[in-house]
Amino acid sequence: MYVAVKGGERAIANAHALLAEKRRGDTGVPEIGIDQIDEQLALAVDRVMTEGSLCDRKLAALAIKQARGDLIEAIFLVRAYRTTLPRFGFSEPLDTAAMQVRRRISATYKDLPGGQVLGPTFDYTHRLIDFALAADGDADAVPPAATASPDDSERMVRVTDIIAAEDLIEANPAPQDSQPVGDLTRDPLGFPAGRDLRLQNLARGDEGFLLALGYSTQRGYGRNHPFVGEIRMGEVEVELFVEDLGFAVSLGEITVTECQMVNQFKGSLIEPPRFTRGYGLGFGHCERKAMSMALVDRALRADEFDEERKGPAQDEEFVLSHSDNVQATGFVEHLKLPHYVDFQAEIAMLRQMRAEVAARLSGRHQAEAAE
Amino acid sequence: MSSVIGLSSGVGKAGHMDEQDLSQDRRATLAILARGTETELAAPLARHWPDLAVRDLKRPEIGLVMVRGRMGGDGAAFNLGEATVTRAVVELASGRRGHGQMLGRNPRLARMAAIADALWQDAAERPLVERDILAPIRARLARASAQTRAETAATRVDFFTLVRGEG
Repeated sequence: MYVAVKGGERAIANAHALLAEKRRGDTGVPEIGIDQIDEQLALAVDRVMTEGSLCDRKLAALAIKQARGDLIEAIFLVRAYRTTLPRFGFSEPLDTAAMQVRRRISATYKDLPGGQVLGPTFDYTHRLIDFALAADGDADAVPPAATASPDDSERMVRVTDIIAAEDLIEANPAPQDSQPVGDLTRDPLGFPAGRDLRLQNLARGDEGFLLALGYSTQRGYGRNHPFVGEIRMGEVEVELFVEDLGFAVSLGEITVTECQMVNQFKGSLIEPPRFTRGYGLGFGHCERKAMSMALVDRALRADEFDEERKGPAQDEEFVLSHSDNVQATGFVEHLKLPHYVDFQAEIAMLRQMRAEVAARLSGRHQAEAAE
Repeated sequence: MSSVIGLSSGVGKAGHMDEQDLSQDRRATLAILARGTETELAAPLARHWPDLAVRDLKRPEIGLVMVRGRMGGDGAAFNLGEATVTRAVVELASGRRGHGQMLGRNPRLARMAAIADALWQDAAERPLVERDILAPIRARLARASAQTRAETAATRVDFFTLVRGEG
């Protein structure tokens, strides 16, 4: 148990001043700006927004700067900030079919309506360090991106809708907009959790944790034979119903990444077999996260498909209780706070146990010597 | 680009709109104002309405909106995560009330959007709001969207499947 201690104020103040100095680093090097982090470390910003569960690029960039690039610390800062703000309401659910798509790929169909666009991707790069980036950059030296005339003749329908048109994939749970939607920020998590709560938990869950769990399902710990039906990334509109106006108002656009995982089929004696679904969605460009989320979402649906829960990724309580990196870091890192009283008690107990063993041993020696 | 922004402006119909049209056009106007920058709002407001009497019914306030997604894209809703939003409500001397609300944390911007919304509701001011505030924002958005679509189109890929040879 952690016991409160007093004192150390000057040391703490000095340590924080030292932290501020180290954060700034060598003053001969120009200070990094929030805009630079936003623009040039954009994927770090996306991760902090997704796991901080707060979509605000400038705020996430500031948190990254304050945290010296420690993303979990930055996520912590963002989570703490959100508690200071009032909530105005809930958005209308995002319509990802109406996305202005900047990337859209499918591993299930080569040719599909609207086609496949790679967008800005690390895929197919050689993962060789580019020393040219180490040279002092000349912004004008970066060639403009190639352009082509967009083909607007075909809408980019969801790949899962194409499969659904032939009734080959399970239907999504129907929208019941009168039903309350679970909210982890308002109510504590209970088990079993509905899929709404599970998806909210996974959406803000740690990318590394979900990546490892998703990977474990592929390696046999809860195998469900996934295909990436579709990954799409781009801008979607956020709308809020305003009571005074009596209609939903557009607040602007945010970037999201969506992954539709298509998994092996399930049927019964009376139901024809159909593919099953796993779903991932996150703020910004967060493809690895969205894919991992979709794998784990599907794994956690084991009961729906009468699957035996054999792998950790299928264990709802284990996954949902350990996915949050702010909670996790809080409990792990509290170990370094003063535990002096606790430890003294343990030492006293250890000494007593040792004394008892020593007494027993010396008693036996005396008895042996007497014989 | 989203459906709301894509709606045509209400200028041509000013004065002849029924309530349904008016609220549709106001929706489209609010969508454009939510995307305006400081310069795009501040400059025309200062130029055309420098001495406007504005009463703050709701002072600009920063808060959160819980953004929802749908399972599988079109299924039941779930809470994805929050976004910062700023909103403001103003009233002009004419009694017209304007609402400003947009993603982000910029109180000045939300208040200016509210003022522009209030002005737009006045049929006499609407053409000027349309010409000097909405049209430039709309044009910038269209340019950015066209640029994004053109860059994206250049990454369109055709995959070929190769048949494995028989040794």
